[in-house]
Amino acid sequence: MIVSMILNGKKIADEVSPDMTLFQFVRKHGCYSVKCGCETTNCGLCTVFLDDQPVLSCAVLVARVSGHKVETLEGLQKEAEEFGRFIADQGAEQCGFCNPGMIMNAIAMFRELEEPTDEQIKQYLAGNLCRCSGYEGQLRGIHDFMEYKKGGVSCES
Amino acid sequence: MLRIKEFVKAESLEQAYELNQKRTNRILGGMLWMRMTNAQIQKAIDLSDLGLDKIEETEDEFLIGCMVTLRQLELHEGLNEMSEGLVRNCVEDIVGVQFRNLATVGGSLFGRFGFSDVLTAFLAMDSYVELYKGGIVPLSEFAAMKRDNDILVRVIVKKTKGHYVYQSHRNTKTDFPVLAVAASKMGDEIKVSVGARPARAVLFAAKDLTEDSVCQVAQKVVTGTNLRASKEFRSHLAKVLIGRAFVQLRGKEEA
Repeated sequence: MIVSMILNGKKIADEVSPDMTLFQFVRKHGCYSVKCGCETTNCGLCTVFLDDQPVLSCAVLVARVSGHKVETLEGLQKEAEEFGRFIADQGAEQCGFCNPGMIMNAIAMFRELEEPTDEQIKQYLAGNLCRCSGYEGQLRGIHDFMEYKKGGVSCES
Repeated sequence: MLRIKEFVKAESLEQAYELNQKRTNRILGGMLWMRMTNAQIQKAIDLSDLGLDKIEETEDEFLIGCMVTLRQLELHEGLNEMSEGLVRNCVEDIVGVQFRNLATVGGSLFGRFGFSDVLTAFLAMDSYVELYKGGIVPLSEFAAMKRDNDILVRVIVKKTKGHYVYQSHRNTKTDFPVLAVAASKMGDEIKVSVGARPARAVLFAAKDLTEDSVCQVAQKVVTGTNLRASKEFRSHLAKVLIGRAFVQLRGKEEA
């Protein structure tokens, strides 16, 4: 079957099998930031935006997405780089494997919540697992980024 | 591994129902549980285009389409105001936002999963399900029914005045519950729903909110053992969580 969608701003049409997932599709189209970490829809590593909402691409049939808009980290480069610097500045990532999913979901959170509290941040990012850190570095990076957005100090790294 | 031969976007409920009569065909919900099964599906039937992804509010009820996501439930102001946050509380620990943006209320309830927070919570409210052929049946009745090939079209929640609370215990924050309890007091009627026993949720009635009632209800809860907890631990938890729920209800009554 043929599906078409807007992937990172570009219209794409392709022949797919009915059981192909959105995760497999975006990887096939060069979006290698999207990774599969758990196979049980728990880790958040495969997060993409589907019509501006964060979803787990490993659990979505690409056939369902036909006619919709999909964005991966590759399509949010500027936004992701800006925030990613604050995460790196805190040394929040060790192996870095979880980072694309974490950044995607953090961006979704910043778009949805103007000034999230610590509790809201933890709640929103609960579906993104990091097995290296205790999430403290990420939390500090998020705090610094929020300060920066309010006109505070920029990140030097 | 899940294998699908053909994907069909249903154009009507009648078409979906007809297709669903064949044992090898399957209606898709959020697909979060189904994707982990080892099934061969001939035709996967998608209801996404049937306008069932909305929560409608009338004067005396909420009509929740089967394709409404758990995230929509979590963020719906009217539903959460009426249920005093019960609906939000029951879904907010289910994995993460990305998961809840996919999981549907229809999939959660139709599966009648033992671990379901959603089934546990909705049982404690004045809830009904609208089945395409079976008509409107109380959720408590539906929960006890065997799975068939009907379609769960909507969930109906009556705006019955009362107090509602939700309690659950999890080994880790986003895991399945070890035990879940939802309780409500609507007028003189007190409902206690206990889920993740680990079998599917069941509904009990209590005569009042006293300690004696806590013990009476807890004694009726049949629990079991699985990887998450033992039968004995769950039975102990039942008493603790029902007790906490009753304390909360008493507090709301007195407020």
